[in-house]
Amino acid sequence: MNIESERIVILGAASAIARATARLWAERGARLVLVGRDQARLSAVAADLVARGAAQADCVALDCASADAGAELAKMVETLGGLDILLLAYGVLGDQTELARDPSAAAALIQTNFTSAAAWCLAAAAIFEKQRAGALLVIGSVAGDRGRRSNFIYGATKGGLARLVEGIAHRLAPLGARAVLIKPGFVDTPMTASITKKGLLWATPEQVAEVIETAAERGGPVVYAPKFWLPIMLIIRHMPAFVFNKLNL
Amino acid sequence: MTAKAVSAPSPFIERSDVVSWGRVTRGVQRVARPGFRDELSGLPSHAGDESLLAIGLRRSYGDSCLNRGGALVDMSGLDRFIAFDAATGVLRAEAGVSFSEILRLVVPKGWFPPTTPGTRFVTLGGVVANDVHGKNHHGAGSIGRHVRAFGLLRSDRGELTVTPESDPMLFASTIGGLGLTGVIEWVELQLVKIGGAHLDVEIVPYDNLDAFWPLADESARSFEHTVAWIDCTARGARAGRGIFSRANWIDDGAYDLHDDKSWKRIPLEAPGFALNRFTVGAFNNLYHRVNSAKAGTNRQHYAPFFYPLDAVHDWNRLYGRRGMLQYQCVIPRENQRDAITEMLRVIAASGQASFLAVLKTFGDLPSPGLLSFPRPGATLALDFPFRGETTLNLLARLDAMVREANGALYPAKDGRMSREMFRRSFPRWEQLLKDPALNSDFWTRVAQ
Repeated sequence: MNIESERIVILGAASAIARATARLWAERGARLVLVGRDQARLSAVAADLVARGAAQADCVALDCASADAGAELAKMVETLGGLDILLLAYGVLGDQTELARDPSAAAALIQTNFTSAAAWCLAAAAIFEKQRAGALLVIGSVAGDRGRRSNFIYGATKGGLARLVEGIAHRLAPLGARAVLIKPGFVDTPMTASITKKGLLWATPEQVAEVIETAAERGGPVVYAPKFWLPIMLIIRHMPAFVFNKLNL
Repeated sequence: MTAKAVSAPSPFIERSDVVSWGRVTRGVQRVARPGFRDELSGLPSHAGDESLLAIGLRRSYGDSCLNRGGALVDMSGLDRFIAFDAATGVLRAEAGVSFSEILRLVVPKGWFPPTTPGTRFVTLGGVVANDVHGKNHHGAGSIGRHVRAFGLLRSDRGELTVTPESDPMLFASTIGGLGLTGVIEWVELQLVKIGGAHLDVEIVPYDNLDAFWPLADESARSFEHTVAWIDCTARGARAGRGIFSRANWIDDGAYDLHDDKSWKRIPLEAPGFALNRFTVGAFNNLYHRVNSAKAGTNRQHYAPFFYPLDAVHDWNRLYGRRGMLQYQCVIPRENQRDAITEMLRVIAASGQASFLAVLKTFGDLPSPGLLSFPRPGATLALDFPFRGETTLNLLARLDAMVREANGALYPAKDGRMSREMFRRSFPRWEQLLKDPALNSDFWTRVAQ
């Protein structure tokens, strides 16, 4: 076994963006732990990654939204003998109208996208702090940059993650470890399959994966994927309310 | 991402951008794109009474990869390798894996597909469903000969693992079975060993069709790969002139990969008048001259040798809004000279020919599929910009010649053959073990 291969845990490993990113890491001979709810799907992903060059691809079937993050992550890190990268790639989009009507649905979405995610992030941050090395990569969203009527509950969870990861990055920076929030725009995945009109702003999971791969190695604590979202979101964030309120976003 | 949406909407989405490679047939298709194999079994219940058809990268030219009367299952999301043994060259992968991805995995380890069509943007399921052939047909036969097993999901029998021994009739039905015998979930293929990623390619310009036949026979004896590009605008004494190319793998241990990122793209459809008698004639002349100047032997990477057109992504858009029809026939050996001479004469006189005309001799290795196209003889393939009746009338004239010579047409390339032509081309078609829940526009046209 190559002792230099990266030790990586992927949460939500069956998601389209996670799969595309894992392939890039597999080709470099990484050792991976794949976490998701469906054992059969994880096994299919793992076999593919091993064929593509992963030195190891273990599957851990659990629901990230309800698992004991600290205890579970400790077990995974023990198997790997340390942790170089944790990619948090699970989340639910939800339907704004339904979420606004049903408080329990909103609470469940917040539990999945923010509360449970925060627990995993804090657990990983503690490990990186002790190691004085490692990269926490969290998939946020451009939707977290400014609340919009069409999806602000989802946006709030991703915005909350942004503040959390920002703080972790600040805490880890003096120690030599890193945390990065990756903010994809529109990505053509099963999560967005029902949106049929896909124009110029849409990216593939492979394009986002390349951004994530780079973010694991270098760059600042916030990355847009693809990068053209940076100027777009700069404008959206700074637009005066009297203009913003007229836009149907 | 991982969690399921609150409500479960139908996985089928109406799309108007799903066309076949020829781009002639347009219209709305209902398409589902599963990401995992376990999603396949639930699709029929969402489709209701409608028929389904699994499709890949839609490199079939006509309507064999469309199903306007029902729904489509886009298999490109099922693109995972299942196992690859670099010692034996046995590859098992999900049906949606493309040849391009397979090459990226296996070439550095010294393996190559046993035969390959002229594009690497085909899926494993697609090459099995069309029993594709390549430039090495005289040595390797069609791809079906190298399929060890496949997984098939049938509406009436569930999930099956099929090998030539386990169920010979279902195996023969599925190889070249146009995706109609069940959804091909995965395929296990025996690859061939290569000593490097390059070939010694010899270019031999020849003056007319009479010169082609001895050249083809002689080349098949000492070259693994042979094919000829022919100038189908040349007439009279030059009719059938072309550029013969023949090649063998080089054993130099240099396993460089192709690059899918350096594609040139055709962003828009060309205007319909761009390809006409004059531009096409000029192109053919130029191509003949340039390649004649290159005559001799050159070291060439597998990508430009096997996949020259893949360098220009979406090249089919050059044919404009109305699209194109491809015509590929095979003529039995005893009739090949006369029939192909006559066909080329008619095509040149029509002034409708285009720049992509290919002539190749098939070897004797039997194709394993019930509806396999390759058979001993010569195969001619040409593109025609679609100009309505004029094009259809010309192709009907060619049909008559193919029929007369006991030849056959290739369903993967076809968008218009008659029922009669199909049934003559594939006399055993009624024995196909079709899955009652599957169908395609092609099948509706030729078999129902």
